Amino acid sequence: MSVDFNFMIGGEAGQGVQSVGFLLAKVFARGGYHIFADQDYESRVRGGHNFFRVRVSKGKVGAIADKVDVLIALDADSIALHRAELAREGIAIFDEEKAKGVTSEDGSLLSMPLEKLAEDKAGSKLMTNTVALGAALAGVKYDLNILNTVLVDWLGKGDAADKNIAAARAGYEHFRSQHNDDFREIKPLSESRRMLLNGNEALSLGAIAAGCKFMAAYPMTPASSIMEYMAVKSRDFNLVMVHAEDEIAAINMAVGAAYAGVRAMTATSGSGLCLMVEGMGLAGITETPIVIVDGQRPGPAVGLPTRTEQGDLQFVLHAHHGDFPRVVLAPSTIEDAFWTAVKAFNLADKYQLPVIILTDQHLASSYCTVDELDLSQVTIERGELFSEKDDDPSEYMRHKVTKSGISPRAFPGLGKALVVTDCDEHDEKGHLTEDADERTAQVEKRLRKMVPLKKEMGKPQKYGSQRAGTTLIGWGSSYGAIREAVDILRKDYIPVNMLHLNELWPFPTEVVSDAITKAESSYVVESNATGQLARLIKAETGQGVTGRILKFDGRPLTPAYIAEAVKKEVR
Amino acid sequence: MATMADYTGLKPAWCPGCGNFGILRALNKALVEMEIEPHQVLLVSGIGQAGKLPHYTKGNVFNSLHGRPVPPAIGAKIANRELIVIAISGDGDAYGEGGNHFLHAARRNHDITYLVHDNQVYGLTKGQASPTSDVGYVTKTTPEGAANPVNPIALAIIGGASFVGRSFAAEMVHLTNLIKKGIAHRGFSLIDILQPCVSFNHKNTFQWYGERVYKLEDEKGYDPGDKKAALDKALEWGDKIPIGTIYEADLPVYEDQLPALSKTPLVKQKIDSRRVERLLAEFA
Repeated sequence: MSVDFNFMIGGEAGQGVQSVGFLLAKVFARGGYHIFADQDYESRVRGGHNFFRVRVSKGKVGAIADKVDVLIALDADSIALHRAELAREGIAIFDEEKAKGVTSEDGSLLSMPLEKLAEDKAGSKLMTNTVALGAALAGVKYDLNILNTVLVDWLGKGDAADKNIAAARAGYEHFRSQHNDDFREIKPLSESRRMLLNGNEALSLGAIAAGCKFMAAYPMTPASSIMEYMAVKSRDFNLVMVHAEDEIAAINMAVGAAYAGVRAMTATSGSGLCLMVEGMGLAGITETPIVIVDGQRPGPAVGLPTRTEQGDLQFVLHAHHGDFPRVVLAPSTIEDAFWTAVKAFNLADKYQLPVIILTDQHLASSYCTVDELDLSQVTIERGELFSEKDDDPSEYMRHKVTKSGISPRAFPGLGKALVVTDCDEHDEKGHLTEDADERTAQVEKRLRKMVPLKKEMGKPQKYGSQRAGTTLIGWGSSYGAIREAVDILRKDYIPVNMLHLNELWPFPTEVVSDAITKAESSYVVESNATGQLARLIKAETGQGVTGRILKFDGRPLTPAYIAEAVKKEVR
Repeated sequence: MATMADYTGLKPAWCPGCGNFGILRALNKALVEMEIEPHQVLLVSGIGQAGKLPHYTKGNVFNSLHGRPVPPAIGAKIANRELIVIAISGDGDAYGEGGNHFLHAARRNHDITYLVHDNQVYGLTKGQASPTSDVGYVTKTTPEGAANPVNPIALAIIGGASFVGRSFAAEMVHLTNLIKKGIAHRGFSLIDILQPCVSFNHKNTFQWYGERVYKLEDEKGYDPGDKKAALDKALEWGDKIPIGTIYEADLPVYEDQLPALSKTPLVKQKIDSRRVERLLAEFA
């Protein structure tokens, strides 16, 4: 029997919503299920309303569902805000002491003394969230021992784990004593060691695997956890993460480190990237390879700090004055975030340019089970390097004009070659020049790198029947949601297919143009207000799409939202 | 061993008589006397007349953006600790556009040397007031007179830099020795260099500085290790301007605290992707 089951944990910031959500995802992952989980939180440390959704499925899942089967409500707001999302046989577990007067005619709202149980059985009301977690597992008759193992792995053996285990047991037993067996059962499928990763973790792992040795950044949601992860691993993996004074310093430090020969990156979000734009141009003209992660959130300016959007596409394509080559990648899934990071460092080195990775809050903080990341598939391509064995170092020219546009790199201090570069226009040796011919030669040389670069770009991914008349075109983190929307629509006899881009610049002109030509109608699906991909498609292919399915309220695209929007368009 | 000839770069495009010539010569002399080869040095400059200096000598050169030579200098130093990294700015570059980088580089005490050509005026953009212009100094952008100047020496000392000095472009031997001390010092070394701008600053001229500077080395009993005494000297400006090592201390150096730099420079370390296997296990 197929399983596609959805939990939601709601409460105030500080009540442990995130911990319960993560633990739930983990216990089902350990039981062999595929997981997709996302987080919705406000820009505050205490109070407000946060929730965490965990989707448990037998097959791979890449998006959240709109219906909730078990709602763990740690406060009254969580009931008020989310009871309408309960599935037909869904239940909510709550503490009536916290949500007085809440009743339900259909018996879907189950009150339990969560806080009292936490105090009585685990010695602290701080354990209330774990009691609720135990109760939720009882609601699906899941094996509590799996949670116990996960808790010990997470907290280590000792008092903290013991108290949490006791709290979970109290919740579990109380639920079982009050309710009979008329709820859905989810049995563990197998013992699984499938990884559970969020987007930022996958991206950080990719960066470390790619040999990133230097990161400088300034904290900004949703990119901060990349810097934190890199900092924590710096000792074991011989890398350096500098918490810079601002984003301007961060990108300039990364450029300096890359110039000196190490793989370097920075990570930020929209308005932080605004500050970095000057440094991006510095990387452009000095032909210094750097990787810049832009975890998008709704703008402009501070916008919605903890929410999601795909609103930076046109910005990163055009950021900075003047013409210089760049690469824009946008991972489609959490697993893809790993491989995107690896590719980003290779392209940066080979073509000596800035590579921008566009993720977003949704991808950054959502969790997904990932089968395997085969490290033997990770290649390290440092690009063309100057060899002092073959050539005279006194003749070295950092910006030598070549047929491919690529000038072999040397690193300062590693040999006798002097590595000279300048943010002014420069001659082949790197010294500033105002000579018209030298200027023209350098601009053309830099832009010429786009020719071999284009051949490196991956093809957009296709899904669904290629005979379907309608094509949905998306990019970045929406892959899972659009793909599932295609499945939903197929069941409703609305044939659509998907074309999805995770490598946006250089633009895959031919594939996109071909898809639009073949389709009777085509729609972009994007998390922004104006259809930024649609504009890019028009600019690069000359073709317009039929329509735009957009969402810009700061919440992620869901399969149901997309399917409904398509139905309105095609009917 | 490198000679002065080895440090001959492109022909400078500075105005005849510019204070920058003295600084260029002093830097070259310092490097030669310290037996440093051009390939061992990285000169990171910003924008302004001072920012052009690296092109007029020999070494590895990263001529960076306006106000931003310090961050790439830090990045490069961390990437390759064996490089001798010298950042070069003017007063507008260092204390205006790059003010925040200056403060935080001092605070973290990065192991780089920072030469600031301080002529109290903008040269490249032709004569506007700079962050160090004397109060009341009238220029095209400050017709009512410049506001209070910053005090880079005091800022650096309070900020946490472990070496703070000042010299004068016309004092060749003094400046050369101070640059040598700055390079030899472990930690952030600020050397603020009084540099007359013969084209745009007709107040703070060679003569004006010459009549006012006095050498701390000649002052009996002055202890650069005494922070309070150093701050007193930092506050002196006007009829008497102290030059020399104003403050020097043995303070923790940022790069020394990075475990990844304890053995091999980052740039010489091999990439081994398979080591990530054990990280992946943490997520299972």
